[in-house]
Amino acid sequence: MTNPGAANWSFDEEDLNALTRTVSRFLSETGAHSALIADRSGQLVATIGRPLSFDPMVFATLTAADFSANDQLARLIGETDFTTLFHQGEKESMYVADVARRLILVTLFDNHTPIGLVRLKMKPVVEELTVHLDRAYIRARESGSTQPNILAGAGEEIDELFNW
Amino acid sequence: MSMINYAAREINCKIVYYGPGLGGKTTNLEHIYGKVKPDTRGKLISLATETERTLFFDFLPVDLGTIRGFNTRFHLYTVPGQVYYNASRKLILKNVDGIVFVADSQVERMEANLESMQNLYDNMAEYGYDLTRMPFVVQYNKRDLPNAAPTEELQAALNPGWEPAEPAKARVTPDPYHAGQNLVDQHSSGVWIERVPYFEAVAVGGDGVFDTLKAVSKLVLKALA
Repeated sequence: MTNPGAANWSFDEEDLNALTRTVSRFLSETGAHSALIADRSGQLVATIGRPLSFDPMVFATLTAADFSANDQLARLIGETDFTTLFHQGEKESMYVADVARRLILVTLFDNHTPIGLVRLKMKPVVEELTVHLDRAYIRARESGSTQPNILAGAGEEIDELFNW
Repeated sequence: MSMINYAAREINCKIVYYGPGLGGKTTNLEHIYGKVKPDTRGKLISLATETERTLFFDFLPVDLGTIRGFNTRFHLYTVPGQVYYNASRKLILKNVDGIVFVADSQVERMEANLESMQNLYDNMAEYGYDLTRMPFVVQYNKRDLPNAAPTEELQAALNPGWEPAEPAKARVTPDPYHAGQNLVDQHSSGVWIERVPYFEAVAVGGDGVFDTLKAVSKLVLKALA
């Protein structure tokens, strides 16, 4: 049985490496110290750069909620969405960008990195990430699925998992 | 929308606790947070008002074990129950994999339960999701209160059933959680009716909280299998 409400999707090692490479280069070009990729439902995909001092999963969830709430605000003022959000702090700031309406890229930087540089370099990075995502989707469509269904026939194992 | 991360070997799924205000959705999450081992859960995040009413959502990630080498991680969300927060509620339902409807068993809250259930159907339909075909369970909370309605009445009002979506499901299916009751049954008129699993709970004391979580999580994983 598949859930008719939502399209499932998956990442393989190659997809993740491609996304990570692009974002790593962006970090070194801008001097931003860390980045985080989440999907639009708030699930963490990857963290890149300096290790984060907080729980990245919680951060991903709140970022997705922030983005969704801002989408609704955009609609109220007659826009379809806001593709980027900027939150400025005294020392630390974050720049959040939509990637093909599937992922969210969060860039964290301190006051040594000019926001203008992050903004300037962000656009080509988002385009490159979109190309990676499209490639993964095309591959998924052509092969019928990105990966064999790892849970196919796992009914008994699932029953055992909840045997507590 | 479940996400399988092959690189990290994780299956991530989203479960939303829905229901009327003050029905016990946040209490369910608080109990789970307090009972599961700290290394299998993340922080409990609450976006609440100063009076501790949920403003946007509560969020708790929990790991429920490993299947075929993949860690199963469930992201549990609650919605704000108060009627006027519908925009927030709808946002949280996006990409949901499984739903728990937490009903308040008190007789006086029947109308609020019905209104919330209707609101759930409507919000799901707006996303194009068919609630009757998704992993979905109902929890009747506050069973310990003297003014709790009988479960038969709550079932009739909130979980009356629908015609099975697939003809193959039109056969008597026992309710694994209630001996002598059926999830799929035939009425005397000949019509087949399918209900979702239900649980009685006293969330403040933890009764029924894990039974509910286990049931919905299992349905979500089985939907992927």
